[in-house]
Amino acid sequence: MTRDWSRARRDRAERLERARGLADGKWVEAERAPALLEALLRPGDRVCLEGDNQKQADFLARSLARVDPARVHDLHLVQSVVALPEHLELFERGVGRRLDFSFSGPQAVRLAQLAGSGRLEIGAIHTYVELYARYFVDLTPRVALVAAQAADAEGNLYTGPNTEDTPAIVEATAFKDGLVVAQVNERVERLPRVDVPAGWVDYLVRAPAPSTIEPLFTRDPALIGEVQVLMAMMVIRGIYAEYGVQRLNHGIGFDTAAIELLLPTYGEELGLRGKVCRHWALNPHPTLIPAVESGFVESVHSFGSELGMEAYVAARPDVFFTGRDGSLRSNRAFSQLAGHYACDLFIGSTLQMDLEGNSSTATRSRVTGFGGAPNMGCDARGRRHASPAWVRAGREGGGAVMPRGRKLVVQLLETWREHMEPAFVERLDAWELAGAMRMELPPVMIYGDDVTHVVTEEGVANLLLCRTPEERAEAIRGVAGYTPVGRGRSRAAVEALRDRGAIRRPEDLGIDVRRATRDLLAARSVKELVRWSGGLYQPPARFRSW
Amino acid sequence: MTAPPAVPRSFREASARRRLLDLLDPGSFRELLGPAARESSPHLAALDLPVSFDDGVVVGAGRLGGEPVLAAGQEGRFLGGAVGEVHGAKLTGLLQRALRERPRAVLLLLDTGGVRLQEANAGIEAVSEVMRAVLSARGAGVPVLALVGGAWGCFGGMGIVARCCDAVVMSEEARLGLSGPDVIEASRGVEELDASDRAMVWRTWGGKHRALLGEADELVEDDPAAFRRAALEWVRRPRPLSLPALEREQAFLARRLEELGGCADGPDAWRAAGVAEPDRLPLLDLPAWSAAVGGARRRRP
Amino acid sequence: MEHLAFEMDSREEGGPARPPVLVGAVGSGNLEVLVEPGGGAGRCRVEVHTSAPGFAAVWEAVLRDFAGRHPVAGLSLAVNDGGATPAVVTLRLGQALEEYRRPGR
Repeated sequence: MTRDWSRARRDRAERLERARGLADGKWVEAERAPALLEALLRPGDRVCLEGDNQKQADFLARSLARVDPARVHDLHLVQSVVALPEHLELFERGVGRRLDFSFSGPQAVRLAQLAGSGRLEIGAIHTYVELYARYFVDLTPRVALVAAQAADAEGNLYTGPNTEDTPAIVEATAFKDGLVVAQVNERVERLPRVDVPAGWVDYLVRAPAPSTIEPLFTRDPALIGEVQVLMAMMVIRGIYAEYGVQRLNHGIGFDTAAIELLLPTYGEELGLRGKVCRHWALNPHPTLIPAVESGFVESVHSFGSELGMEAYVAARPDVFFTGRDGSLRSNRAFSQLAGHYACDLFIGSTLQMDLEGNSSTATRSRVTGFGGAPNMGCDARGRRHASPAWVRAGREGGGAVMPRGRKLVVQLLETWREHMEPAFVERLDAWELAGAMRMELPPVMIYGDDVTHVVTEEGVANLLLCRTPEERAEAIRGVAGYTPVGRGRSRAAVEALRDRGAIRRPEDLGIDVRRATRDLLAARSVKELVRWSGGLYQPPARFRSW
Repeated sequence: MTAPPAVPRSFREASARRRLLDLLDPGSFRELLGPAARESSPHLAALDLPVSFDDGVVVGAGRLGGEPVLAAGQEGRFLGGAVGEVHGAKLTGLLQRALRERPRAVLLLLDTGGVRLQEANAGIEAVSEVMRAVLSARGAGVPVLALVGGAWGCFGGMGIVARCCDAVVMSEEARLGLSGPDVIEASRGVEELDASDRAMVWRTWGGKHRALLGEADELVEDDPAAFRRAALEWVRRPRPLSLPALEREQAFLARRLEELGGCADGPDAWRAAGVAEPDRLPLLDLPAWSAAVGGARRRRP
Repeated sequence: MEHLAFEMDSREEGGPARPPVLVGAVGSGNLEVLVEPGGGAGRCRVEVHTSAPGFAAVWEAVLRDFAGRHPVAGLSLAVNDGGATPAVVTLRLGQALEEYRRPGR
């Protein structure tokens, strides 16, 4: 008996045949979208419903939530971000059964409830590149439902500045005989640029309303506090200047926004322009504008875009990656790779840390996932090229006879969170969450053995210089302030670590704590960011006070 | 490379005491009934809520351009600058002191959401007493200026107090009104008003809108020096508190209501007032805004 | 509200008696600190009213460290607290002391 080597191809042809009559060429009317999906999908299909960090195929999500569960059910959804209520409605209606994802943000509580009730099976919570990698190995979508800004008659897609996951999803689907359906905001004669070629796209639907994009990376400088300014001073002086960090990625949050806003003031004062923070893997954060304008930032590659930054990015093509049309070209998969392999440092905030340095933002009642932070917040064991910061970190880590470099992975946290919750704990809440959700492993964002520095308002702990697990724990206690964990420290051990530079207090770094005021920020309001941008940054209405 | 714009000190971000020190002649401010007197709110204490040693308002005497003035500053970071019994009594007492001392002017640096709800009737009464005291001071020939540049702006009964003054100076970032956006959203629902739509909030209550309507006499940058310059100017321009003057003002308001009362949103009113491209106004800096609004700007008589 | 009172040893005197100062504001996660002469030789008196009960040991540790590192003998500190973290408390105490001792104030 001869084996059939093209079953997927024939299956694809059958599905296309079933959908014939619903489309005019590749174009389908919006109201026929649910019918199209019923024709294309089979029960149990693996479906990627594009839900990126920012851009959402929201119209296709609503259409999928309206299909007849008698015809389409038990789908296996594979998507990086579960952000919309419709994403979970699929599981409430039985259209979906299983979910593999990376991050759930606003739906975290409802997701935990659905998983708890057994109506949703979680395959695994991935990191971004990990999930994209599985698209090409064992989680290849049969059908991908994606979002783009515009298409031409043939079906070429223009994603606009938020390209994000689209290329990775479409490539995995189209080249394994899957089907690609795209929702677009508009149909145009001539696209500004082609982000996905027409040959990879099967159907197009013009969405009744533009796809949702949230300004997730905008941090209003008005909300940055003095403690964050102090921690930013310590990072700049104690880590960026110390190691000469030129290539880096910043996590999202007010802590890192404070660092960005201190470069043109405190960084300039320390003579660091041209010496640190030259190349970035970062979304176009509005708080980066002053550092760009004052000559710190030479290049930025982005995972996605940010609302309001379009005109600014277009006017700074030497800094940002842009198309011939002038608009940003982002690509989450490539930027994650850039962050992992080409950056000397990752820095981000966390909510909880234990004495091994494991950190997590997971809490009991929410299943969030960590998105891309773990991809960048870990040592790149496959890296082979040297840079001064990488080599120095490797030398400090020491140990083996064979010298090798090391990525700097910095975790920022105030010793107490809001409402007087200690951030340092003996045991992470992640253990309880794992128990409640019957997970194989507690959800850890950054593992302790990847963390090189912990920065709190009390100082910088350099874990590279700690030689034993006991020393690491003592160094962490040494910056854990007045939390129960911090008060468990031995004064003598902490002083010994201080002598070796494994703990550095602000005064050890030459930082006058009294200077830690908002006056040190290069911009203290969104309006001042607009001024720095020469009027090019156009913040969304919710960030304006004018 | 673009030269970094200078980052001036912010009036909005400064504490009430800092604002007063920056506004008055250097070294001239003497606080009356300061925090060491511990005149804090008995109502808050009875409710087991945190109190402030000065009940959120700083009052005292100083000099402006060499001339004696009395001045008060509300601390918006304490309960949103809300007026309780003690807070209001300190303001009233300062204004009554003006009747005795006859300073060049009384300066009120307002930063308040209005009446302190926890103090209920005592707070409402306190605000009414402040209103009466403002008018008494003006009636006695002591000009009273409202300087509104704090993060809370000036709302509720204190919005009325501001408009009882001889003049109102605002920054673009400040807001002035009666019911504020959060109050309206809470009582009428988000369909009526979405308080998170900040651009809408500012084109409804913000400094530019208030200055264009003639509610604020001068619009200044969020800069202590700009508020000082404006105060120096407006203490020299008191408005008479006489029947003919009030009738002129009433006629001004009636005319404005007739012309702009039907407008649904800020830009509609700006267009109706005669601004050519009203949608541009929110993004303009102050000199460009002044040029763009030109003669369309209403001015209180 | 919880009321706490402490007497701290401090090696260094806070300087000659000066007019009191108030720094900070009472709000969620924030506090105000009033610095006045008083407290006696070699001692600093601290009174705290806080809306976050149950942290007396943390207050004591924060205040003892502060008194150990700064010249506060002969001073009296009064705090109204809206649940500030130790980081904010330490910063605010430092600012209040600096303002109290600022020459020419």
